[in-house]
Amino acid sequence: MAEPQRARPKPTPETQHFWDGTKAGELRLQRCDACAHVYFPPRPFCPSCASRKVSIFKASGKGFLYSYVINHRPAAPGFTPPYAIAVVELAEGPRMMSNIIDCPQTPEALELDMKLEVAFEKLDDKITLPVFRPARG
Amino acid sequence: MRRNQVAVVGAAETTQLGVIPTMSQLQLHADAALNAIADAGLKLSDIDGFATAVETPQQVCHYLGIKPTWVDGTSVGGCSFMLHVRHAAAAIEAGLCKTVLITHAESGKSMIGKLPRSTPADSLNGQFEAPYGVYGPPSMFPIPVLRFMKTYGITHEQLASVAVVQREWAAKNPRAMMKDPITAADVLNSRMIAYPFRLLQCCLVTDGGGALILTSADRARDFPRKPVYVMGTGESVETPMVSQMETFNSSRAFKTAGPLAFKEAGIAHGDVDHLMIYDAFAHLPLFGLGDLGFMPYEETGQFIADGNTRPGGKLPLNTNGGGLSYMHSGMYGMYALQESVRQMRGIAPAQVPNAKISVCHGVGGMFAASGTIVFTNER
Repeated sequence: MAEPQRARPKPTPETQHFWDGTKAGELRLQRCDACAHVYFPPRPFCPSCASRKVSIFKASGKGFLYSYVINHRPAAPGFTPPYAIAVVELAEGPRMMSNIIDCPQTPEALELDMKLEVAFEKLDDKITLPVFRPARG
Repeated sequence: MRRNQVAVVGAAETTQLGVIPTMSQLQLHADAALNAIADAGLKLSDIDGFATAVETPQQVCHYLGIKPTWVDGTSVGGCSFMLHVRHAAAAIEAGLCKTVLITHAESGKSMIGKLPRSTPADSLNGQFEAPYGVYGPPSMFPIPVLRFMKTYGITHEQLASVAVVQREWAAKNPRAMMKDPITAADVLNSRMIAYPFRLLQCCLVTDGGGALILTSADRARDFPRKPVYVMGTGESVETPMVSQMETFNSSRAFKTAGPLAFKEAGIAHGDVDHLMIYDAFAHLPLFGLGDLGFMPYEETGQFIADGNTRPGGKLPLNTNGGGLSYMHSGMYGMYALQESVRQMRGIAPAQVPNAKISVCHGVGGMFAASGTIVFTNER
């Protein structure tokens, strides 16, 4: 029997650009052309002012650690506990859930507000996940 | 909505709570409903309005043999029943029905006839949370805690005291699942589940159910039990994704629902004799105390650690033992409502002397939704 796999996202027409971006090594966000609001998760209109005129842009990939848990049990398929489930606040404003790589999964190492930068973890030919690592320099 | 126009005239839980391997989830609904109907001195045919969550109204109505003219299947998580009370009160006032039955049941432990919970891979949660290893409420609900602690200077010991105090209440309740006293050290040494939370800071997983019956306050006088009036109500939703909350320093849904209910009831915080704040995890009472405006967030942890919410304290909170020690079948809001009704009837196992106003505050999902009901036993 195959090893249990990490949950795989399945893009929709509204989110395809995001997953195309991660595959190309870009973290893509959306900005409202009318009110300049930057938002996530993807949708083809602005959740702040309802304008349908929105643009996709490449985010800086920089952010900081907003909060997290270190999950011990039960572990999700494809994960070895303990592992941190984090929420990252991006420099552009939106927050997203992610994992923190290249960092011990301990309260001592995972300091709130620590600077992070995006990295990309290829799951298969279709899906590459954005994850974050402590910022260098 | 006008205050005190609708009353709870029937309230009951399932005959058993805890581990019930002899009943399906649907039968637990029926068991709670039949107990509540008996409590109200009614016949099944008297029920013309019906509300439930997770299970559909048609499922439970058909099983029970109820022919409603008003139904509500609002299903926003564990506080759905607070929303049902609010909607039922509006429906009764509008003349859409006369006597509403609200049921909850969940075979949370035994998993008999329980509907599967799943996250489709193409949902927003499936795309933007599930891939990061969230797996059930313990891995998601505590995600805001560390930020909340840092912002307000809340300590691990204060968060442990929530579980300690609620166990004190549970010790007074023969139907509570966990009754043995615990210390803050016991909490902080219990098995790690999802840092910063340990086993004793996470809710129980049990089987059970509950049901409420509401009618107009004018009719309520003719029922066998002391009426418990719906004095104020509030509701809201925020987001199905915990990562997308506006802030982890408060809950927008709480801050909407709670003040709405206080305003409708026309009460101030000092008027509250008894308080229920749905405690799926130990941080929820702190969010609730702050978001409902009882005190600044910075003071919530010390307030509980100092014993203000324990038996004999000035603000009795979660007097059945809560989701941490009483029971938690998955959607605990119904049990919080049951305890508020018992307190207002004056029949709770850990009765607060002379309690006249009870506030019952619920959460749905991981801060996804909220409902608040203010009850009183005086019209």
